[in-house]
Amino acid sequence: MCGTCGCSADTVTIPLEHRVLARNDELARHNRDWLAARDVLAVNLMSSPGSGKTTLLERTIHDLGGSPVVSVVEGDQETARDAERIRATGCRVVQVNTGSGCHLDAAMVAKALRELDPPARSVVFVENVGNLVCPALFDLGERHRVVVTSVTEGEDKPLKYPHMFASADVVVLNKIDLLPHLDFEVGAFVRHLHRVNDRARLLPLSATAGAGTGEWTAQLRDWTS
Amino acid sequence: MHELSITQEVVAAITARLPDTRITVVRLEIGKLSGVVADSVRFCFDLVTEGTAVEGAALVIEEPAGRARCRACVHEYEAEWLVVLCPECGSAAAEVLSGNELRITSVEVSRECAAPADALRTR
Repeated sequence: MCGTCGCSADTVTIPLEHRVLARNDELARHNRDWLAARDVLAVNLMSSPGSGKTTLLERTIHDLGGSPVVSVVEGDQETARDAERIRATGCRVVQVNTGSGCHLDAAMVAKALRELDPPARSVVFVENVGNLVCPALFDLGERHRVVVTSVTEGEDKPLKYPHMFASADVVVLNKIDLLPHLDFEVGAFVRHLHRVNDRARLLPLSATAGAGTGEWTAQLRDWTS
Repeated sequence: MHELSITQEVVAAITARLPDTRITVVRLEIGKLSGVVADSVRFCFDLVTEGTAVEGAALVIEEPAGRARCRACVHEYEAEWLVVLCPECGSAAAEVLSGNELRITSVEVSRECAAPADALRTR
């Protein structure tokens, strides 16, 4: 029976051919245009929880020394703890709490960008919710995607989370100062990464000890030049 | 679970395109390589549609297989998941040709309600 008028008529098929992520992708395109108009580099930083994204950002803000200017959109399910850490560095930050949501989407980032109001020729890092699954599907309007993973997480992460690693322009392998204490084979990680993404640049570094961070800041300067 | 927001997006898109129309069937295409789990969408569907014009509709999901082309030897093959190796030459360099689909293909409404189609839009 028809649910609208109670008739017993046959049903008719209405073709829609609608991409489910069309609305997000359209908003992401708006974000990309808005950022391009200001010549702002936006980097979507994604990882599992605890891989060191916020520590890497603290180090990066320090190492760039205000040129270019950095501001940050912090995504977390709850709390403003990461935003407070970033604010302590003196840089502008907007916290987005997703509540039950497991990823940032283009609408959240659009709102945060207007509030952040980044200056021309600056860098905006969008620190996504710590999660190696959901954020991979949502274009935010970023120019580059960076996936941070750490040597304490195991060599097989790219095989377990192929969507995330396949979408990366740069993969940061963090906490390499811990390698002497772990059974982590960098070569095996690289082989696994190349099975899902053979074009991403791999940057091994330690955000706390500083090893390898020069290459990372050089990459950022290259993207902004 | 991003399938929850994906399912919300499906319902929002349908009700925006066909306002005030009771939907009886929703047909989706969720490719094997899309990163969206069809079973999770099925799990969310009743919850998300509750109180909307899509409530009670049947959900039909097609899951097209993945196909990839080897960038080394141009061999085309079926890909079960995103981590692929060419069965001909063993190269991991692959271009995904299909399996990424994430679309609402069609919906079904009652014939009486659907015609004339213009009446729906002007209501």
